[in-house]
Amino acid sequence: MDVGERLTDQNFPESPEKATLEGKNKFLGFWLFLGGETVLFATLFGTYLGLRNSFGKGPEASEIFQLPMVFAATIILLTSSLTSVYAVLALKENRVKQMRRWFFITLLLGLSFLGLEIYEFVEYVHEGHTFTSGAFGSAFYTLVGFHGGHVLFGCLWITALLVRNSGRGLTLYNAPKYYLFALYWHFVDVVWVFIFTVVYLMGKVG
Amino acid sequence: MSFYFFGEKIRLVSDIIAGYLSIFLMGIAAVVFLTYYKKWGALWRYVKTTHHSKVGILYLSAGFAFFLRAGLDALIIRAQLALPQNEFWVFQGDKYNQMMTTHGTTMIFFVAMPLIIGLMNVAVPLQIGARDLAFPFLNALSFWLFLAGGALINISFVLGGSPTAGWTSYVPLALDEFTPATGNDYYSLGLQVSGIGTLLTAINFLVTIINKRTPGMKLMRMPLFTWATLVTSILILFAFPALTVALLLLMFDRLYGTGMLAADAGNSLIWQHLFWIFGHPEVYILILPAFGIFSDVITTFAKKRLFGYSSMVIALVLIGFLGFMVWIHHMFTVGLGPTSNAIFAISTMSIAVPTGIKIFNWLFTIRGGVITFNTPMLFSLGFIPSFVIGGVTGVMLATVPADYQYHDSYFVVGHFHYVIVGGTILGIFAGVYYWWPKLFGFMLNDVLGKWHFWTFLIGFHITFFPMHIMGLKGMPRRVFTYLPEDGLTGLNLASTVGAFMMGGSMMIFLWNIYQSYRHSPREVGNDPWDGRTIEWTIPSPPPEYNFARLPKVYSSDAWWQAKKYQNGRLEAAEELSPIRMPLDTAKPMLIGMFMLIGSFGIIVEVWYFQLVGLLGVIGLMVLHSFQDSGRKMVTPKTHPDEKIGGEE
Repeated sequence: MDVGERLTDQNFPESPEKATLEGKNKFLGFWLFLGGETVLFATLFGTYLGLRNSFGKGPEASEIFQLPMVFAATIILLTSSLTSVYAVLALKENRVKQMRRWFFITLLLGLSFLGLEIYEFVEYVHEGHTFTSGAFGSAFYTLVGFHGGHVLFGCLWITALLVRNSGRGLTLYNAPKYYLFALYWHFVDVVWVFIFTVVYLMGKVG
Repeated sequence: MSFYFFGEKIRLVSDIIAGYLSIFLMGIAAVVFLTYYKKWGALWRYVKTTHHSKVGILYLSAGFAFFLRAGLDALIIRAQLALPQNEFWVFQGDKYNQMMTTHGTTMIFFVAMPLIIGLMNVAVPLQIGARDLAFPFLNALSFWLFLAGGALINISFVLGGSPTAGWTSYVPLALDEFTPATGNDYYSLGLQVSGIGTLLTAINFLVTIINKRTPGMKLMRMPLFTWATLVTSILILFAFPALTVALLLLMFDRLYGTGMLAADAGNSLIWQHLFWIFGHPEVYILILPAFGIFSDVITTFAKKRLFGYSSMVIALVLIGFLGFMVWIHHMFTVGLGPTSNAIFAISTMSIAVPTGIKIFNWLFTIRGGVITFNTPMLFSLGFIPSFVIGGVTGVMLATVPADYQYHDSYFVVGHFHYVIVGGTILGIFAGVYYWWPKLFGFMLNDVLGKWHFWTFLIGFHITFFPMHIMGLKGMPRRVFTYLPEDGLTGLNLASTVGAFMMGGSMMIFLWNIYQSYRHSPREVGNDPWDGRTIEWTIPSPPPEYNFARLPKVYSSDAWWQAKKYQNGRLEAAEELSPIRMPLDTAKPMLIGMFMLIGSFGIIVEVWYFQLVGLLGVIGLMVLHSFQDSGRKMVTPKTHPDEKIGGEE
C-alpha cells in the first residue's frame, strides 16, 4: 500500500501511526525528543526552586498568585488533553471528521488557555511582578513562559496539520503526524500539572 | 582607527586587520578555486545533500577547518607563554582571554564534536546495514545548525571581540556587568544554535540504530563503534537540555536585564551546576565514540575478535550511566560540604573500573594477535598509554583534599588535554585513516601517516606532560604571563616547542591528504584492511543506497566469519528491487542561515534581524510540512565485486 493512499475501513491497519517504518521512526524519535524535553523542564524547575524566594524589588509569590484563575486555566488544559484523546480514538477507527472536530476543539481550548495566561501575566506586570523585578520574577516567567511557548507552538502545529490535511482522509503518511501532536499535547499538559503544583500551590502556601 | 558595528566599537589594530585580511584572502582563494576547477556544481550538491556519507564529509571538513583555527589559537597561547613576561604581538590580558576561550570552546564544540559526529555519519549506517539515517532531512539540518553556531563563535573575533570568560563561561565573570563586550553573547547564542543541532543528531542516531538494523543484526552483534554511538546519543539526549537552559539563563541575564545568575540578586552556583550537569557527560560524549573506534581498529589489525565483547558493552553503558552522577567533582572547592564531596569523589573514582576493564580488554585483544603496525593501529596503540596517564591524573583530581591544591592549576589543563587529545583526537585520527578508503576509494599514504603519528604523539607529550609539573609548582590556568623567578621558564618553553611540533604534524596530515589524492592507487576494492564488519562488504566508495541487497547477519564480526567459513559471501536478506531514497533539498541550509541571522540579531540587539530570522525559520518549517516528504526510486545494480547474495 502506498503511504499516500487514503485509508478505507477495508485496508485500515490496527495502528496506522506505526504501520510504516517511517511512522515507527517518527514515533520512537518523538518519544526520545520528549525525554530530552523532560530534562529541559526539570532543569527549569530546578532553577525556579533555587530562586523562588529571591523576590528582589517585586512582590512575594503568595501576594500575587490568583488561584481561581490558574485553576480555571488548569481545567481548560486538562480538558484539552481529554479532547485530544477522543481525537486519537477517532483516528484509530478511521472516523476522520470526528477526529478533526476533536482536534479543532483541542486547538480552541489551547488558545483559551493562552488567552488566560496572557491576561494573568498582564495583571502581574501591573502589580510589579515583572521579568526583571527580581530573580523570582525572572525564573517564574522563564519557566511558565517556556511552557506557554510550548502551548503556542502546539497550537501552530495543529493548525498547520488541520489546514494541510483539510479535504484529505487519513493516510499512513499523515496518521503518525496527528498521533505525535497528541503525544506532544499530553506532555505539555503533564508539565502544567507540575507547574500548578510547584509554582502556584507551593507559592501560595510554602 | 576604529568604527562602529551595530553599537560595538571595533578598533582596527594589527590583529583585527590581519583577521579581516585572512577572511578576505581565503574567500577570494575559495572563489578562484571553485571557478577555476568548475566545482560550483559539486559544492551546491553538497549544500543540498541529505545523504549520510556526504553529510559526514561535510562534518569532517568543517571540523578540520575549525581544528586549524583553534590550533592557531593554541599556538598563539603557547607563543605568549613561551618565556616569562613575554609580550607576543597583542595577546596579553583581554586578547589572551579571547584566544584561550575561543581555543577551548571551538576545540570542544566545533572540532571534537563534529569530527566524531562526522565519523558516526560515515560509519554507523554501513556497520548496521542501513541505507541512510532514520531522518535524512533532520541530519542535514543538524549539520547546518552546527555550522551556523560555529560561524557565530568564530566570526566574533573581528566583530568586537571573542568570548572572554573561558570555555566554561563562569558567572558572574560572564555577565554583562564584568564583560560588557558582545563576545559572551556570541558564546551563548552560538552554542545554543549548534546545541539544537547536536540534540537532533542524537535522536537521529538512536532511532537509526534501534529501528534500521539489517535482519539478524541483534544489539549484541553490533560493532563496538555503533554501540558507542548508541550510548553517546543517549548521553547527548539527556545532557544537552541542561546546557540549553544554562545558555538561555545566561542570555536573559546579559541581554534582557534579569539577574538569575548574578551573585547578589540571583544565584551564581546555578550556572556551575547546570554547566557541569551537561559538561561532565559531555566529556564522555567525546571519549566513548573514540573507545568504539579503537575497539574496531584493534580487532581489525590484531586479526582477533574483541576480547570480552559483552564486558566491553557493559563498560560503555556503565561509563555513560556513571557519567551523569559525578558533576560535583568540578566543584569540590565551591564548599558544598564534605558529605557531597565524598559521595561524588567515590562515584568519580568508580568510573575508573569500567574504563580499566576496557583498557585490559584491548590489551588482551592485542595479546597473541597477528598485528599490523599501520597508521590507524599506531594511533590506537599510542592511545592506550597516553590515555592511562590521563586516567591516573583523573583519579588524583578526584581525591578531594588533594584537589584543593590542583584546582584551577595547570595540572588540570594537563589532565584534560591528556584525555581529550590522547583519547578523542587520537581516536578521530585512527578513525579517519581507517574509514578513509571506504569513504573515498583510495588509501591515505602510510609512510606520511606514520610521520604524522610520531610527530603528533611526541609533540603531544612534550606539550602537555610539563603542564602537570607547572601545575604542581603553582602555575594557575588562564594566566597570560609569569615571572622569571617562578621557575616555570624551562617547562613552558618545552611545552611551546611541543605545541609547534603538533602544528607541524598537522601540516604533514594535510600534505598526506593532498599527496594521497594525487598519487594513491584507486580501486582499493571492498575490503582494503581485511576487515571484520559488514561495511567492508560493499564497494568503496559505496553506491548511494550502500547495500544493493541488505545482508543477513548471523554473528558479530559477520564479514570475518563469512570470509572464514562461507567462501567470502553473506546471505542476502532481500531480492534486488528499487530502493526509496530521500531527495536533495536546500531547506536545511536555509533554516541554518535564518537561525544565523536571527541569532545575530539577538546578539547585536537589532529587531529586524530577529524578525527575519524568526519568520524565515517558521516559514521554512511550515513550507516543509506542507510538502509531502518526497522520495526518489533508485534501481540498485549489483557490483561485479558483490559480496552479498549471489552464488552460495
